[in-house]
Amino acid sequence: MAFIPHTTEDVAEMLSLIGANSIGELFDEIPAALLAAPLQGVPPALSEMQIGRLMSERAALDGRPLSFIGAGAYEHHIPAPVWAITTRGEFYSAYTPYQAEASQGTLQVIYEYQSMMCALTGMEVSNASLYDGASALAEACLTAVRAHRASSSRRILMPRTVNPTYCQVAQTIAGNQNLVLQPVDFDRSAGRTLIDALRPYEGEDYAALVVQQPNYFGVLEQVDALVDWAHANDMLVIAVVNPVSLAVLKPPGEWGTPAAAKRGADIVCGEGQALGVPLSSGGPYFGFMTTRMQYVRQMPGRIVGRTVDAEGREGFTLTLQAREQHIRRSKANSNICTNQGLTVTAATIYLSLLGALGLARVAEASMARTRELTAALTAVRGVRAVFSGEGFHEAVLGFDRPVGPLLAALAQRGIQGGVDLTERFPELGPSLLVCATETKTSEDIARFARAVDELQNPAALSRGAA
Amino acid sequence: MLEKSLREPLIFTIGRSGRRAPTQSPPPTPAAAAAGRAIPAHLRRSVPPALPEVSELQVVRHFTRLSQLNFSIDTHFYPLGSCTMKYNPKACNSYAMLPEFTGRHPLAPDNHSQGFLACLFELQEMLQDITGMQGVSLTPMAGAQGEFAGVAMIRAYRRARGDLARNQIIVPEAAHGTNPATATMCGCEVREIPCDVNGDVDLEALRAVVGPRTAGIMLTNPSTLGVFERKIEAVARIVHEAGGLLYYDGANLNAILGKVRPGDMGFDVIHMNLHKTFSTPHGGGGPGSGAVGVGARLLPFLPIPMVACEAGRYRWLDEKDRPQTIGRLSAFMGNAGVNLRAYVYMRLLGREGMVRVAEFAALNANYLLRRLLAAGFDAAYPMRRASHEFIITLKRQNREYQVTAMDVAKRLLDYGFHAPTTYFPLLVPECLLIEPTETETKEDLDRFCEAMSEILREMSEEPQKLTGAPFTMPVRRLDDVRAAKQLDLRVKPATSS
Repeated sequence: MAFIPHTTEDVAEMLSLIGANSIGELFDEIPAALLAAPLQGVPPALSEMQIGRLMSERAALDGRPLSFIGAGAYEHHIPAPVWAITTRGEFYSAYTPYQAEASQGTLQVIYEYQSMMCALTGMEVSNASLYDGASALAEACLTAVRAHRASSSRRILMPRTVNPTYCQVAQTIAGNQNLVLQPVDFDRSAGRTLIDALRPYEGEDYAALVVQQPNYFGVLEQVDALVDWAHANDMLVIAVVNPVSLAVLKPPGEWGTPAAAKRGADIVCGEGQALGVPLSSGGPYFGFMTTRMQYVRQMPGRIVGRTVDAEGREGFTLTLQAREQHIRRSKANSNICTNQGLTVTAATIYLSLLGALGLARVAEASMARTRELTAALTAVRGVRAVFSGEGFHEAVLGFDRPVGPLLAALAQRGIQGGVDLTERFPELGPSLLVCATETKTSEDIARFARAVDELQNPAALSRGAA
Repeated sequence: MLEKSLREPLIFTIGRSGRRAPTQSPPPTPAAAAAGRAIPAHLRRSVPPALPEVSELQVVRHFTRLSQLNFSIDTHFYPLGSCTMKYNPKACNSYAMLPEFTGRHPLAPDNHSQGFLACLFELQEMLQDITGMQGVSLTPMAGAQGEFAGVAMIRAYRRARGDLARNQIIVPEAAHGTNPATATMCGCEVREIPCDVNGDVDLEALRAVVGPRTAGIMLTNPSTLGVFERKIEAVARIVHEAGGLLYYDGANLNAILGKVRPGDMGFDVIHMNLHKTFSTPHGGGGPGSGAVGVGARLLPFLPIPMVACEAGRYRWLDEKDRPQTIGRLSAFMGNAGVNLRAYVYMRLLGREGMVRVAEFAALNANYLLRRLLAAGFDAAYPMRRASHEFIITLKRQNREYQVTAMDVAKRLLDYGFHAPTTYFPLLVPECLLIEPTETETKEDLDRFCEAMSEILREMSEEPQKLTGAPFTMPVRRLDDVRAAKQLDLRVKPATSS
């Protein structure tokens, strides 16, 4: 039913004050021909107990498999306080802080979030978040085109080591504004973008180069050389980063060699999910974006600033709203209206609990588990590491036969073995993108490796797994 | 009421160097240390990020106290027009957060996903029925992204017909700012048209603007003026005859749920705000979910992925199944967890509950309007029924007492009510857009009315109570000009530890 509190008496009193005979009369301005027949496609109401049972049954159907899938969404331990606090009604059921004085909680959380994202990425300003990592990259491309004063180019260099789905989303969103995303090939042995592949674009008019660190294959890009090259060729640099990795990897604000005239990425974006947000089938997550102060007016999305009240006391409010759709309408930076306030709240609590040391421990433990996983799987006959470049917490493994049947057989055993890259990267041959974070144990990894061995080499059944 | 004395320092200032919440990170191991050392020096971070150094209890207290500085639906009447701030049932969150659902990786294989996909498929079907559309995609992550998908589909349809000269989108001047902003993002030109004195679209102006360059029109119905667009059939005829398509902005779908279907009104494409009509949380400004529905002409262009049911098995449809799609809008499949909450909400309401939503939203709005008029306020459209919301204009009070809609909004906070939407739509001077929603009791509406009456009295007798408001919030009125001029957007590292 509809959570409607009205008693029969209430309805009678209210209708009498309105001067209507029935609730139906309140709809008398709607042309009668338009009134809908009763809905057929919506089933009758369930009680909370009934829907609870249905949802539990459906959840049980999907179970809790052992997953080694990453590819942009990562399983990390989420501290108990994170969602216990995030789902408090005062955060959960509030809206965009239009009335700043009655929304200081949400506003201060966002200000603290902005501070933390600047600290992680080494940049000067952050917005209050965007929808997800992929749409953040699309917005970053549009921001770069607006921000690059010296060039009117709408072309962006997009290495193939950037998450291919992100490229698709950027194409869907930015393509309608005539942006052109030029793919750049990668080095087959190291698994990263080489300066040599960028040579054809030297001296060409491009607005920006995108650099993903760690890249889609989990490999670390040579960010200093890429940033120096882009700046030498008068392009901005858009960094796509995993925020957990930034506890141990050089922040984009410091990319480039110290001797270079201009240091650091110009716009940093990425997926925030790894910071305390559950996998939840792909969302809600949040995208983040940070940049240099000089580009703040080109940035899309909400921004919170610290100011003072009428008595000179500190407080927080939405600011720089003149960039936004509700003021600028058709001339706005973006049509974006909201941020992902709730998941940003979770991330702010997560980062507070972990701190710099805790986050570095998560990053290093994840790297160690991925090294362990790669060692265990490449010990299986017919499995090899595809790339030689140093990695973070993902790796590409090559197989001597198609991986589709292997993944299906692993799924039968309750193991999600990774993402099949064969179709998107046919030049790699049959290959799998795998991930292990701090949530995996040596036993989990051994179970996975044993299953792969048994499926790859049925004779191993009698031999016992490595 | 919020405690005026309640304030909370920045988390960066309450920590101490070396303090931690040690149980929340994995213990150090030789393998982890070796992995860290293996990062080449030129790729490694040299100075740790300036994050808080606090205990778990400090974190819990800090964020709990911050939450207490907020107004929310759970604590306050929140009649924010056009936002549908109704009760978010707790069950929706509990069941969407079952560990199997929160733990499911978005790229999990279909045979580990049948329970989840069943929910999404049924949600698609229910939304299709409610809107009178032929197909629904759940991937847009917010209303604005749903709008983007809708206009992008109109563009794709034009492209498929070799008809890209049609690149003008018509928008009423009262439209949400996202409408024109979206049209621009899709590479369209915006043509704004006025409304007549009764709040309906000016048909003459519409006839004058349609033509061989018309791609479509974006409309909200009931409109942003809080009234039902009575000439909708004529609007549809004029736009369709000119070769354009009709876009329905679902911001106000709550008003007509189960009463009128956008498809029956002639709309070709619609976005819904699941965080409004289907009561998923607003979360302090998101996440939302902006599902889109389309009629037959736009069916091939829906954004991917979508859920299909084939012989009792559910699976994702991608670009291979839908080659004419406008493409992907998110890294995975949109705000899936929000969609699950909407699914639970719709099953709790059922078909009979849907109609009651619209009926009681209209009852509450019309009751509150009549009471406020009786108290001495002016309606922007006094000759019209309220839909699920209505506009009060303070033009007269502004002239007589020099108080503004902003003053009334701030004073309402002192009375324990979240303010209505102010200064929207832009064309009504000093306006309050008030949407009580169906989940509020008559007593709460009465209390709101009493507060408004009291504020009306204060206007003439104690105007400083308005111009100085709020007095009881954690902060007094904030200096927005200073915020924009002296930008302070983060804690600078030097002061952070």
